[in-house]
Amino acid sequence: MAHQSTYQPKTAFTRWLDTRLPIIRFMYDSIVTFPTPRNLTYLWTFGGILTFCLLVQIVTGIILAMHYAPHVDHAFNSIEHLMRDVNYGWLMRYTHAVGASMFFLAVYIHMFRGLYYGSYKAPREVLWILGVIILFLMIATAFMGYSLPWGQMSFWAVTVITNLFSSLDSIIPGLGTTLVQCIWGGFAVDNATLNRLFSLHYLLPFIIAGVVGLHIWALHVPGNNNPTGVDIKDVKKEAIPFHPYYTVKDVFAIAVFAVLFAYLVFYAPNYLGHADNYIPANPLQTPPHIVPEWYFLPFYAILRAIPDKLGGVIAMVGAIVILFFIPWLDTSRVRSTSYRPIYKWFFWLFVFTCLALGYLGAKPAEGWYVVASQVFTAYYFLHFLVVMPVVGIIETPRPLPSSVAETIYGRETGAGPQPQAVPAE
Amino acid sequence: MERIKRLKCAFAGAVAGLGLALAIPQPVSAAGGAVEIERQQWTFGGLFGYFDQAQLQRGFKVYYNVCASCHSMNLLYYRNLSQPGGPEFSEEQMKAIAASVEVTAGPNDDGEMFTRPGLPTDRFKAPYENEKAAAAANNGVAPPDLSVIAKARTIERDAAWYMFPVNLISDLATQYQEQGPDYIYALLTGYVDPPEGFELSSGAHYNRVYPGHQIAMPNVLSDDIVEYGDGTPQTAEQYARDVTAFLMWAAEPKLEERKQLGLKVIIYLIILSLLLYLSKRALWRNIEH
Repeated sequence: MAHQSTYQPKTAFTRWLDTRLPIIRFMYDSIVTFPTPRNLTYLWTFGGILTFCLLVQIVTGIILAMHYAPHVDHAFNSIEHLMRDVNYGWLMRYTHAVGASMFFLAVYIHMFRGLYYGSYKAPREVLWILGVIILFLMIATAFMGYSLPWGQMSFWAVTVITNLFSSLDSIIPGLGTTLVQCIWGGFAVDNATLNRLFSLHYLLPFIIAGVVGLHIWALHVPGNNNPTGVDIKDVKKEAIPFHPYYTVKDVFAIAVFAVLFAYLVFYAPNYLGHADNYIPANPLQTPPHIVPEWYFLPFYAILRAIPDKLGGVIAMVGAIVILFFIPWLDTSRVRSTSYRPIYKWFFWLFVFTCLALGYLGAKPAEGWYVVASQVFTAYYFLHFLVVMPVVGIIETPRPLPSSVAETIYGRETGAGPQPQAVPAE
Repeated sequence: MERIKRLKCAFAGAVAGLGLALAIPQPVSAAGGAVEIERQQWTFGGLFGYFDQAQLQRGFKVYYNVCASCHSMNLLYYRNLSQPGGPEFSEEQMKAIAASVEVTAGPNDDGEMFTRPGLPTDRFKAPYENEKAAAAANNGVAPPDLSVIAKARTIERDAAWYMFPVNLISDLATQYQEQGPDYIYALLTGYVDPPEGFELSSGAHYNRVYPGHQIAMPNVLSDDIVEYGDGTPQTAEQYARDVTAFLMWAAEPKLEERKQLGLKVIIYLIILSLLLYLSKRALWRNIEH
């Protein structure tokens, strides 16, 4: 929450700088003294983990771009050159590829934390919306990045997804086809397409970084939510300075995350990928099963669940757009699902739905997979459009604690002076 | 914190249990169901995987004498044969291998292309001039380039939906990352007689493992076609095993370096995590939370 700045510049240089561009004061207020609730769990470390992921992707990506050739005849071989002849090129490549998966793993956990604890509810609606914008940008970036090796999956994923825009032809004849050819830069997916995908793939992460800055700014106005969903009233008793308590906790969480990251990079680097992407792109040969990377599978399942092409596109995009409206769809007066006994069941049903859609997205659109996809797609939308508004109204929440202090110190709040958290120098 | 610790312990226990239970070689099925592809033991599998230089040298011999007449390997250079982490031929052996082929080079100062013996900096010589020549000589389908084929193939499990997380965790816990080589080995040893009443198209050969069971490539490995000279049995099965290991190296020449560095990195990160955890505990011990 916005708090009084206690920064005291100690040297002549820092005093000089502070009156001209108070950037050190800004950093001090944001990550040293920023009052943070004492009761945050490890689910709150994923913001720091995501920042780490973004930095890793940008650094490895810039190095990869020094050796990559964005031309249909050279892309695949330039990446193999990277893997074989560039010093630690294999490490950059595998880190970047596994890093994308880790980025999405972290972002999904981060989002489910927000859904569970009502972190999207007032006054954090804009914070949530900025997060959904970041998700959109991440999806676009990852899609474009996957096309760059120009393997079979790269090529056909671009072909399938860009062709979806042609479904607009059923609204305005010719609009879809024109739009698709505009995107392609030609009459088919070819070199022009690859080149522009590379340009945009390099651009978007920096836009993500900017929106992340806004996201943290929007967070720092009201301050963090906490597992009880109850607002902080007494900053001294219920909050502690971000440094050193949450800096050390976040770095520890990043180190544990890095263990998983390293295990995949060094011992299973291709496991989350698809073997077909090691076959150079062949426009004349369609792979038997076109599947996106795992983090897109739920949306892919939703796309294929609707029999109509335009309907499928609307549903797939709608599945993300609906997230923007969650702060207004959820009518509950209580933030945290910990105190919402009925909604809790629906929340876990929603988690299961997302996992089920992920599994179904990798399966061929045949037999019971189609019916199951339709059932789970239906629940996906019902959860937002029906469950969230209705359950919030009819449910009787469990009694909330009177304050965060009550959950930390217990009922005996008159039990003498509490130990004070001391901000580090 | 307590609940998270208990969850972590439970999860670790489950993974360890699964790992122990599934550490034995498992038959896994290929696409289309019913085809069983056995998990093989490879020296390059697991946390401490390495390439057996002798095996890679034998495998290269099989590639050079048998496979290279139809399959190119355009991403490899002759100098790769003497680099660390691979077959590690000596400099002289590698130069001799390069010089044993004639490559087209040029243009010279007269503007003409000419042929000369190969050099370490040359790519492996391809059997055909271009894709179309390769296809024309092989029933209309060009034999695929073998540079990354060990990573371009895999095994599809036809498992029930509830087995999906089980297989995922068991693969990661038992470090089963050799689906590509297992498939290739099974394919090379999978030329069997077709079952009763199977209609074989002209120009196709029956293979137990290939999707659809009809493959354009004939069975090229038979006993004693390549002279090993070091006492290793010269059976078709041994050729298949050695050439598959060679193909894995060709696809991942940095495998040894990757796994060795990985061990150091993960140990470092585990120690770092422990130290950070102890620091976190020490700091948080003094405040109510």
